Amino acid sequence: MTPDRTSLSGGREPASDDGEEAAAQLPERRADAGMRDLLPAIEPERRLNDWGRSERVEGAIDRTLYEFFYRYWFRVEVEGVENVPADGGALLVSNHSGALPPDAAMIAKAIREEHSSPRPLYLTVEHFFKGYPGFSMLIPKIGGVAAHPANVHRLLFDERQLVLVFPEGRKGTEKLYKDRYRLRRFGRGGFVEAAMRAEAKLVPICVVGAEEAQPIFAHVNFLQKMTGLIYFPITPTFPWLGPLGMLGYLPAKFKIRFLEPIDTVELGGAEAVHDKALVQTVSQEIRARIQENLHEMVGKRKSVWLG
Amino acid sequence: MSSARRILVTGLSTYWGARLAQALEGFEQIETIIGVDSQEPRHELERTEFVKVSNQHSLIQRIVRAAEIDTVIDTRMVVNSVTTSPRNAHENNVIGTMNILAACTGSDSPVRRFIFKSSTSYYGSEQDDPAFFTERMKRPHRPATMLERDIVEAEEAVADYSEKHPDVTVTVLRCANVLGPDVETNFTRMFSLPLVPMVLGFDPRLQFVHEDDIVHALEHAALNDVPGVFNVAADGVLALSEAIDLVGKRPLPALPPFGTGLVFAPLRRLGLRIPVETTNLLRFGRGVDNRAFKAAGFSYGYTSRETVAKLGEHLRLEPVMRGHEERYHYEREVEDFLRWSPHVRRGQGGEREGVAADREPLGF
Repeated sequence: MTPDRTSLSGGREPASDDGEEAAAQLPERRADAGMRDLLPAIEPERRLNDWGRSERVEGAIDRTLYEFFYRYWFRVEVEGVENVPADGGALLVSNHSGALPPDAAMIAKAIREEHSSPRPLYLTVEHFFKGYPGFSMLIPKIGGVAAHPANVHRLLFDERQLVLVFPEGRKGTEKLYKDRYRLRRFGRGGFVEAAMRAEAKLVPICVVGAEEAQPIFAHVNFLQKMTGLIYFPITPTFPWLGPLGMLGYLPAKFKIRFLEPIDTVELGGAEAVHDKALVQTVSQEIRARIQENLHEMVGKRKSVWLG
Repeated sequence: MSSARRILVTGLSTYWGARLAQALEGFEQIETIIGVDSQEPRHELERTEFVKVSNQHSLIQRIVRAAEIDTVIDTRMVVNSVTTSPRNAHENNVIGTMNILAACTGSDSPVRRFIFKSSTSYYGSEQDDPAFFTERMKRPHRPATMLERDIVEAEEAVADYSEKHPDVTVTVLRCANVLGPDVETNFTRMFSLPLVPMVLGFDPRLQFVHEDDIVHALEHAALNDVPGVFNVAADGVLALSEAIDLVGKRPLPALPPFGTGLVFAPLRRLGLRIPVETTNLLRFGRGVDNRAFKAAGFSYGYTSRETVAKLGEHLRLEPVMRGHEERYHYEREVEDFLRWSPHVRRGQGGEREGVAADREPLGF
C-alpha cells in the first residue's frame, strides 16, 4: 500500500512558493524554437485543452461569479492594461492576499474585459491543490496550473501564453491584517529565472483592495493541524459561516494597476539565467516597484470601500 | 548506420512481440526475424522463426552470434502488475533485461542496435509532478510500487549498457497508456465496464496511445537511427471524464478521495484486479511531452482523442463480433513444414490474411 500523499493527510511540507527546488528538472532549453511546431495541434472537437482547461466551465463561472464580483462587489478599476503584451509569452507578477485569494480571478477578468486583444491567463497554483478533492477537479478547468518550473516554461516559451505568478506564495495569503500592503519576500527569484529562460516579458501588477476584502485577524494552529488545511484563518466570515465563509468577501474597492513590462531579452535572455546576482537584482527591483506603487495607490485612496 | 537486417525480437509470445514480428515480416529488406520466448507464440507468424528459450543469457547469446543478429528489440516488459505476480514481474523486467543485455555484450558481438520498450510508469504519478514529463526528467519521488521500481531499475541497466557500448544505437521507448481493440490493458478493462470508476473529486489528466502506433514506433526505431530515450504518447492529454464521455460510458465517482489504496486492498481480496500503480494515476494523472520522438521523424496515426473514440467504437461492436474469430494454436511441426519444406511455394503471399501492419511501411 502506498501512503496517501494528499496535504490533508498530515503536515507534509508543501512545495516551495514558486517551486525552485525542482528547477534542476527543467527541460534543457532547446536551441531552436522549432519544437514549437511539434506541439499537438488543437482539436476543435475537444472541450478541454491539454492542461485540462475547459472553456465551458470557465465561461460559466466567468459570466456569473466573476462577473458579479468584478462589476458589482469589488467594482474593479483597472489602469495600464495595455502593458500586458498582445502576443508572445509574458509572466505577470502580482502581490497576493486573502485567505482564499480573489486577486487572481480579478486580474484574469480585467484582461478579458479591458484589454484590446483579450487572452486567456494561466494562474499558477500550489501543488497541494492537486491533492484536495474537488479543487483538484475544478482548478485546472478554470485555468489553474501547478507552479512547477517546467509548466511555466512550457506555457511561456512553447505555447507563448500569459502566466500569472504570486512570488510571495503562501506567505502572502497567510499574512495578517496588520501587515497589509507589506510585501513578503519574493521567493528566491525563481519567477525571474523562468521568464528569462523563456525570454518572456515580465509585467508587475499591483492589486489594492484584496487585503481588505478578506482580512485575516489570526491563525489557529491547533485547528489547522486538526483539519489538515494549509492554514486555519480567522476572517470576518470564516469559520463562522462554515466552509462557504471562505468565499465571504467584504465589498472593498479593487484597483488593479499593470506596470511597465520588463524585457528579459534586454537583460541577457536565456544565457543570463545563471547570473544569480542579476536574477536577485531584477527580483528585488520588481518587488520595490510593486511596493512603491502600492504605497502610492493606498495613499491616494480616500475610502477602503468607495476608493 | 544502415537499417536493421537481422532482427531478434524478445517476448514473441506477448502481444507486442507478436504484433511487431508480424509488422516486420512485411519489410523485404529485413532478412531474418527470430523470436524468442519461454512460451509458444499465440499469434500466427509467416516467416519469423521461433526459438523457445527462457531468459538465459548464454543461450540467447549463442543465438545472437550464430544468426549474426544486428538488432535486438526487447518487448518483454511487464507494465501491468495484475497480469503476473510481483516476483515474476521482477524476474522478467529486471533479471530478464540484464540477461538480454548480457547476451548483447562482448567485443565480438554482432549487435549494433538495441531497442527497449519501456513505460511512462517510469515517471510515476504524484501530486507535485509537472504537467508534461520530458525525457530528461527524473521522477521527483522514489518509486511507489514494485512495478515502477522494476521499470526504473531496468532502464538504469539499459542506460548503463548504452554508456559502455557507444558503438551500439540504444533506443528506449517509454509508452503511455495503450488502448486498442486487440490489446488488454488496465484502461481497456476499465473502459469496458458499464460504469467507469473515478476517484471522488478528482479528474486526472491522462494520455493514451493507440496499439498500432506502438508497433509503428518500434518499427520506426528498428528501421531508422534514433538513439536516445523517447516518450511514445499520442497528441493530446485528456481528462478522465472526457475520455469516459468519448467511449460513451458513464462515470461512477465512487472511490473515496482519501485512503484510496486502503479501499483497494479488500477489493483485491474479493478478486477485483485493480493494479496498485493506478491508485495514484486515478488521482493525479500523468502527461508527457511527445515532441522528441516526433522530431526524430515519427508521426502518430491517432491522437489521444481518436484513440479513445476508436476504443469506444470497438466496445460497441464487440458484442456483435464476439466468438467469430478463430483462436490460433502454435504447432511446431506445421510451422516448421511451412518454413522449411521444399514443397511449400513461398513468396507468393496470400496464405495468410492481412495480419501485418494495417498501413504502409514507414519511411521506405
